[in-house]
Amino acid sequence: MTTQTSPSPITATRTIDARGSFCPGPLMELIRAIREVEVGALIAVRSSDRGSRIDIPKWVEKAGHRLVGVNEVEGYDEIVVEKLH
Amino acid sequence: MERVLILGGGVGGTIVANLVSRKLRRQIDSGLAEVTVVDKLGNHVYQPGFMYITFGHEKAAKLQRPERSLLDQRVQLVVDEVTRIDEATHTVALASGKSLGYEHLVLATGSRIAPEEIEHFGAEAHHFYTAEAAQRLRVALNAFKGGSIVIGIAGMPYKCPPAPLEVTFLIEAELRERGLREKSEVHFCSPIGRAFTIESVSDMATPVLEQKSIELHTFFNVETIDPARKVVASLEGEELRYDLLVLVPPHHGAQVLIDSGFAPAPGGWLPTDHHTLQVGGRPNVYALGDATDLPLSKAGSTAHFEAPIVAERVAAAVLGRAPAAKHASYTGRVMCFFEIGDGKGTLLRFDYDHPPRPPRPNRIWHLGKVLFNKAYWMTVPRGRV
Repeated sequence: MTTQTSPSPITATRTIDARGSFCPGPLMELIRAIREVEVGALIAVRSSDRGSRIDIPKWVEKAGHRLVGVNEVEGYDEIVVEKLH
Repeated sequence: MERVLILGGGVGGTIVANLVSRKLRRQIDSGLAEVTVVDKLGNHVYQPGFMYITFGHEKAAKLQRPERSLLDQRVQLVVDEVTRIDEATHTVALASGKSLGYEHLVLATGSRIAPEEIEHFGAEAHHFYTAEAAQRLRVALNAFKGGSIVIGIAGMPYKCPPAPLEVTFLIEAELRERGLREKSEVHFCSPIGRAFTIESVSDMATPVLEQKSIELHTFFNVETIDPARKVVASLEGEELRYDLLVLVPPHHGAQVLIDSGFAPAPGGWLPTDHHTLQVGGRPNVYALGDATDLPLSKAGSTAHFEAPIVAERVAAAVLGRAPAAKHASYTGRVMCFFEIGDGKGTLLRFDYDHPPRPPRPNRIWHLGKVLFNKAYWMTVPRGRV
């Protein structure tokens, strides 16, 4: 996992713009995307809810996927997750 | 003629209709305005009562009344199903083949449950989101003689967020009363990392779960039901065996909103301004209640507190004036009771900026909920409180 302060250089398979949505909205959007994409896909979740940087990594760990990085961008976080199974 | 068209005769649609008709009384009487409600069934159903059918305190027949009986005499009621909303022509098509025009549109179309989205849900899982399902759960509880009860949430968002926790507490209390608690396990499964979405409520409920020896499973997003093994599995890889399975079904907004381009698929929730309650920047289209995408409880209480804002803004537009300051902007106000079991309850009162601070559970808040349920028909739909 990496924590950066600039936009991610990673090209995500899918980007979810959940800015303006509150917990658990961004996590639920990620879960919906995980169900839909292929194994190996990278999903970037953009969230302005500070709780996402705690909730999403915890969920990723429990669900057995990979947290690629949490990138702090101006006004929001971009959390990148790789679907492993 | 200024036509106010309200789709849906639930809590939100009914209150808005009554409040607008009062504000526009003169215009309606002189033929300059009309207020119409379109409702598929023509019956107003008090959905918070369904849970009490399960616990033997309510009957389905007492939870519905003719919508006409709750509406101001100046409001027209059309019992029909909306099949399409055409923004270009400002018309709404109905299943009967008729169409209705509007200058001001209020979308109070609620939410719908979709248990069919989870394979084997219908045969294996119980819920309490219709009167019939709540009654079937009562029968299943009567037949339960001990074992594993799993209560979970098979999709977010859903109606009445406290309901699954309330049902869990009430089931656990019933098991103790019936002498079955020692022979039973009770599991509560939350899709997120805590027992409830709002942190302060979660902090209140989690010790209650512990005190009642109810096992909390966090990050449990229901994925499959295996009827042969009697196992419900989560997306996160956890499996729980059940003898009685109770799941909140997936919920969506009305399909007609997706089909008509007002709400995105698959959720079908209307993009709604947090304060004006206008839909997608449209100046003459409002939403309230379950139909919105607001980060609030999908509950009658939310619709109840949103309705005065929608009514005032619509009436002001008809009358060509600015909305009165008192009801110009919605603050996210919601207030609802929360059952803890053993005749105790608490109160959740919050808005966009102030999370709830639930008081210590006691008998007063439980009795408050009982009284509110009884007083509902004479107060809320008529816009009296």
